[in-house]
Amino acid sequence: MTATMDDPVLVVDKLTKTFSSRTAYSDVTFSVGRGEVFGFLGPNGAGKTTTVRSLGTLITPTSGKATVAGLALNAENAVEIRKRIAIMTEAPGLYGRLSVTENLKYFVGLYHLPDGEQRIKKALEAVNLTDRAQDICSSLSKGLRQRVGLARTLLNDPEILFLDEPTSGLDPVAARGVHDLITGLRDRGVTIFFTTHRLAEAEALCDRVAILNTTLRTIGRPSELREQLFNRGLVVITAAPLADPARVFTGLPGVQSWESDPTGGYRLAVSDPAVAAPEVVRALVHAEADVLSVGESRHSLEDVYLELVNEDVEANQR
Amino acid sequence: MSAIRAFQAVRSGRIDSHRVRAVLRKEVTDYRRNRFVLGTMTVLPILFLVNPIINIFTAPTTVSHTALDARVGSTMLFMLLVPVILPATISATSIVNEREQGTLEPVLTTPVRSEELLIGKALAALIPAVAIAYTMLGIFLLMVKLFAHQQVADATLEGPRILAQVLFIPLLAGWAIWAGLAVSVRANDVRVAQQLGTLASLPPLAITALMAFNVITPSFRVAVLFAVGLLLLDVMAYRLIAPMFDRERLITARGAK
Repeated sequence: MTATMDDPVLVVDKLTKTFSSRTAYSDVTFSVGRGEVFGFLGPNGAGKTTTVRSLGTLITPTSGKATVAGLALNAENAVEIRKRIAIMTEAPGLYGRLSVTENLKYFVGLYHLPDGEQRIKKALEAVNLTDRAQDICSSLSKGLRQRVGLARTLLNDPEILFLDEPTSGLDPVAARGVHDLITGLRDRGVTIFFTTHRLAEAEALCDRVAILNTTLRTIGRPSELREQLFNRGLVVITAAPLADPARVFTGLPGVQSWESDPTGGYRLAVSDPAVAAPEVVRALVHAEADVLSVGESRHSLEDVYLELVNEDVEANQR
Repeated sequence: MSAIRAFQAVRSGRIDSHRVRAVLRKEVTDYRRNRFVLGTMTVLPILFLVNPIINIFTAPTTVSHTALDARVGSTMLFMLLVPVILPATISATSIVNEREQGTLEPVLTTPVRSEELLIGKALAALIPAVAIAYTMLGIFLLMVKLFAHQQVADATLEGPRILAQVLFIPLLAGWAIWAGLAVSVRANDVRVAQQLGTLASLPPLAITALMAFNVITPSFRVAVLFAVGLLLLDVMAYRLIAPMFDRERLITARGAK
């Protein structure tokens, strides 16, 4: 299932929320296509959770407008919007004295859903918890509780699923389980809006990401963001330092600039790695260099994130 | 009238009885497994039943009719403490406890309306409190009828007094619940909520005390009038408390701006 921006299921336009003198988020604008997995990244206190709560009708925005699952975000539509979406809060918030099934039954009742038993069965199957259905929730591990929380969000077949830090505090195995579930939901065409601190998981799971630090700093596909922020480059590693690297790299087709890497290699800014790489290899061979590797330098989403967030930190310090 | 409008709201679908029942079912299941609630529901009624029985059975029969009436009145008043304190204790913790445990926010993300949640929680406190209070009253009256001195029994089993007791039990419990819930939606700490909830639930007892101590002579008419007064108080309390349930403040501990 592929996401389409022709059919946005979530449209946010200049949304702002202030609490007394503090601005939680400001002038936030973006849209999310149906079936898209949208990552919402940002440091602590950036306004991610407040944005999710606003879109989930729990908090009233101070200004701006939004359309959630086809409905304008306002008090009149609040109940109808909540019927069409589901939010998994950072803490799963289960009733510890009730069993897994009793917890889910309560939410089936709150949504006033037909076929409650069937829905619970399907939700538990989706999160692989069928065999723990009768367990009391206080006896479950954090990872299992998170899965129950996720099962709860599946009960009403939401058009948009908001996941607020779904892997927060989970060990890698439990986090992987949640990733698999998200992948499964994406394959079923569910629109997923999730906030996370784990940039690797955002990069692996999200079609697009937005980085929020009170204001929206950037939005796009992870690969696009990398290209926007960083020059494309090649990394050259040689067995020994080149005698005259300037003579080797300067003037090569496609190579814009070069610098020595602190680890002993060379970083080349290039316009197109496919054009520049063969030229660089030929030049190295011609210079009789002992080449260990020539490869495209990769910037992760983490690099993008840190670049933007550090810009904000520096701006605040000035 | 407010009660009629509330009924119409349920009929028109604005308040979904299915959701109210879901909240009620969950609350009752949770209470049944909560040692604190079970302990309160067991120990408190026993204490508040034993004391009136001792009080009535040790009442001297040689005293004046007025003195005996006062003793019976204070005993009956004492029994009204259960439908006040019990639901107040439960309801005062019901919202703040969910906030502390992080269970409130997921509930608020569902289509449940504030009124549905509050009514469900109120019923979950009202039903056991009223059932326990009526059971206590039944046991007490039965023991008086069977074993008390005739003069004491005559003073206790007066129609207006029993009618007042029967009417006041659910109405006082109703007030106590709304007062408890009002405290619960504003409080940030469970223990503070319990204490304030119990205190806030007590004032209407002063009205019933006027009858209990014969400041106003008990009669069927007076009992019904007082009951209507309490009912109005309950409806007013509900109308005041429902708007206090501010989702944003409950989640963020800040008011909407």
